[in-house]
Amino acid sequence: MIELFGFLLSGVTVGFVYALVGIGFTVIYNSSGIINFSQGEFVMAGGMSTVFLLKAGLPLGVSFILAILITSMIGIVLYKLIAFSKNSSQISLIILTLGFAIFLRGLAEVVFDKELHTMPSFVGDGAFDMFGTVLTYQSILIMVVSIVIVVALYFFFKKTKTGQAMMAASINVDAAKLMGINIKKILMINFALSAAIASIGGVLLTPITSTNYEVGIMLGLKGFAAAIIGGLGSPFGAVAGGLVLGILESLIAGYVSSEYKDAVAFVALLAILFFMPGGIFGNTKAQRV
Amino acid sequence: MFKKAGLSLFALLFVSSFLFLNAGTIKIGAIVSATGPASFLGDPELKTLQHYVKKINDEGGVNGKKIELIAYDTGASPKKAVTFVKRLISQDKVVAIIGPSTTGETMAVIKFVQRAKIPLISMAGAVVIIDPVKKYVFKMVATDRMACQRIMQDLKKRKLTNLALISGSGGFGKSMRKQCKAVAPSYGIKIVADETYGKKDTDMTTQLLKIKNNKKVQAVLNPGFGQGPAIVAKNYRQLKIKQPLYESHGVASKKFMEIAGKAANGVRLVAPPVVVADKLADSNPIKKVALAYKNEYEKTFHTQVASFGGHAYDSLYAIVAAIKAQKSTNPQKIRDGIVNLKNFQGIDGIVNMSPTDHLGLDTKTGMVLLDIKNGDWSIVK
Repeated sequence: MIELFGFLLSGVTVGFVYALVGIGFTVIYNSSGIINFSQGEFVMAGGMSTVFLLKAGLPLGVSFILAILITSMIGIVLYKLIAFSKNSSQISLIILTLGFAIFLRGLAEVVFDKELHTMPSFVGDGAFDMFGTVLTYQSILIMVVSIVIVVALYFFFKKTKTGQAMMAASINVDAAKLMGINIKKILMINFALSAAIASIGGVLLTPITSTNYEVGIMLGLKGFAAAIIGGLGSPFGAVAGGLVLGILESLIAGYVSSEYKDAVAFVALLAILFFMPGGIFGNTKAQRV
Repeated sequence: MFKKAGLSLFALLFVSSFLFLNAGTIKIGAIVSATGPASFLGDPELKTLQHYVKKINDEGGVNGKKIELIAYDTGASPKKAVTFVKRLISQDKVVAIIGPSTTGETMAVIKFVQRAKIPLISMAGAVVIIDPVKKYVFKMVATDRMACQRIMQDLKKRKLTNLALISGSGGFGKSMRKQCKAVAPSYGIKIVADETYGKKDTDMTTQLLKIKNNKKVQAVLNPGFGQGPAIVAKNYRQLKIKQPLYESHGVASKKFMEIAGKAANGVRLVAPPVVVADKLADSNPIKKVALAYKNEYEKTFHTQVASFGGHAYDSLYAIVAAIKAQKSTNPQKIRDGIVNLKNFQGIDGIVNMSPTDHLGLDTKTGMVLLDIKNGDWSIVK
């Protein structure tokens, strides 16, 4: 029994990692209907920028804030590219984000390097012992930050004018325009916001997983799976999806075999798309994809 | 008509041989994965080749001829490796090939060098490259089997007979896991747990919990490279697992200590001797060459030496030695020269090739056992 709790706990900690990446997908999808496959690379950019700013001698806090700004700028560049090709179909735009991801990886290889890097954590290396396993301070920080981001996003989308304008833009662009909403500005804010969330994720993950130019590939895929399982439009869903994924993986690794662990994400993804195309928390909108 | 064709063919041959003589360079091909997922191998390899080819040429070349290095970057794709090998053979007309960097690529190109009868020295690790022996294919890099044997020897000595494996699911981890499972019984070691993890996983707590709860486990071995082993080491310490943790030669770099931090202390690992060149005993015959390479590499490129660059150094100098011994740059002669290498002092160890052994390394010089203490290595006696 205690073993089960141990597996569940490590599943939950991993789940929040996926959730943190998954949230970023939902933000851009909410405003533009596009799935941004550069999301994982935004995570990488956040982590790598912080590491290299730290190496340049800046204090942790300053590096962190600068990294968020840099990543937001990258998000805005992606938006500009998408705005530039505004007459293209959604599929073309999604492919554009894929291309941008490959570009970012190449750029990181040139600007930074190909080595693995790590950085000290904000809260130290300590951990609580429980159920025969451990809960590290860094994992707790990731959980808290994920929840804070989700709650903040909820209020942003439901209660603020800008947030509601974003929702309106995603439901019907033309109607939103007629209502006097500045679609371009809204979308730009959204891409910057999503990149900023991703870079926070990158900074929080780096002390646990370390980072290099291609760390975004797998994180992006798992985050995407989390977002889909939860239903694309909802940040709450992304957290739920991440948790489902993390716990499933941990239980499979614990009770069946760790060989099958990675297949879980993708089997779960297929199952959800077949039987619950709207995801756990999704609405019918997700079916449009 | 036929006469004419024959004549022009003769003219062509004549001209080309004339050109070849005139150019007077020794063309050596290199296939490395300098970018992409295996760039940590190919990057130091290419740097080493370029640096030492220049050095050899500055010192007057080989038998009075300069070496011309023709290097291609595969990005670790076996398909590209095949294309480039074909190009090296048919267009560039190289006399020998160094590389590829990875096992998959090497296996893909073997049949082309065999057919063209061009000697190839691979820089990849797996034992399948030279077992069974192929006439034109060599390698001087320690195999994963040798790494396993070195670890099993140590386990046997410490009477830790029940071993748990936690392996990365990448090519390196998979291959080494297989080799370790194959050699374990001959040392009387039982594999009592066999876990794996994805190479991009962020947490290995679940797998390690299973190992921790397995009462039979006396020692744990983690074949893998990249960030995986660092996370394994961290989780291992967090879970306070008491049994000794062994790591593979995949993490034999300062990078591992940097990423794993304090968790690296107490880890025991196998490593190629070059990474601890300065700590080798003076009586060790490879100390001189390994230390010279390490110092020169670190001075030239301002980064920590990686064992992988040493593979390129050995391959290049083995070809040079073969050319000198045979006084010829004919590919067939170079092949004969390599197969007859005796007591060649490479960075990866002492090499004695033979027609039945295209690896020629022995376990004693090819692998050293290290303990990590306070962020530094010490050699286990």
